[in-house]
Amino acid sequence: MSEVIVITSGKGGVGKTTTTANVGTGLAKLNKKVVLIDTDIGLRNLDVVMGLENRIVYNLVDVVEGNCRIKQALIKDKRYPNLYLLPSAQTRDKTAVNPEQMVKLIDELREEFDYILLDCPAGIEQGFKNAIAAADSALIVTTPEVSAIRDADRIIGLLEANEIKKSDLIVNRIRMDMVESGNMMSMDDVVEILAIDLIGAVPDDESVVISTNQGEPCVGDGSLAGQAYMNICHRVLGEEVPFLDLKIKSGFFDKLKKLFK
Amino acid sequence: MAFMDFFKKKSSGEVAKDRLKLLLISDRANCSPEIMEAIKNDIIKVITKYMEIDSEGLDIQITQTESEGGNGTVPVLCANIPVRDIKQR
Repeated sequence: MSEVIVITSGKGGVGKTTTTANVGTGLAKLNKKVVLIDTDIGLRNLDVVMGLENRIVYNLVDVVEGNCRIKQALIKDKRYPNLYLLPSAQTRDKTAVNPEQMVKLIDELREEFDYILLDCPAGIEQGFKNAIAAADSALIVTTPEVSAIRDADRIIGLLEANEIKKSDLIVNRIRMDMVESGNMMSMDDVVEILAIDLIGAVPDDESVVISTNQGEPCVGDGSLAGQAYMNICHRVLGEEVPFLDLKIKSGFFDKLKKLFK
Repeated sequence: MAFMDFFKKKSSGEVAKDRLKLLLISDRANCSPEIMEAIKNDIIKVITKYMEIDSEGLDIQITQTESEGGNGTVPVLCANIPVRDIKQR
């Protein structure tokens, strides 16, 4: 049985595409057959984050318009046997596709794949409506900032109104040093405010930037963010995994310094 | 919480959380400033039937309070209405 998950946030720049790439790659590493769909028509990015930008021939709009078959547009990630990407079009806009067409496309893919991940564009307009039309559940990405959390709250309301029953929260870019000094909301604060289930907390980690530079998702590598993403994948599969301790170990002198800051 | 924070005001994380809570109450209630203004004007109309109030000093806002059942917080509409004179019938 396949599950269709939309990755959304409302606000831009909080890490939807990075999350899609990492969770998708992680699920493929766990031997699930996965397809990632970039629904951000006009501003395609998922291909670059995945390092597959040189292999695009056809895209989402080509499939919807019948210029090619789905199989022709799917890019197989050679690093993993079960991972595919359906890129979005760069030269069109959101109105090139409508929600009914998305539902039809995804229904066809359901037969082939275990997980279908939809990378949603920022905003709540047509692109968002296209992305959520066929989704069974949602991963809501936010950062511990007032603006991002406000938008996430609005998105949660819209998803409920569109009868998407399950929404889980990913709090991205947490800086434990700032949380400890009281200058950043903790994941507990964010969960309390948004009142939905937390499925992952990802630290603000240099390895995410480095892996994005290289076009190779960091999920499952040794880094803290890589571990956090892998844990999210296990939880998506329904496993119980304890949350990571994101604290950076500090020595005695660091503690002393902090005391007088 | 560091030792020196004791002397400071609220930490910025706390400030953010408090701001968000209020913001989301009005967002969720779909209460735009225009609606609040309309509510305010209606309240003035009703109360002035019975007593003389300072309509300039009237202030209404949506905040939170502990619910009586003790299960978390609930939104409340708070109106502060200065009364100038209670009219004699």
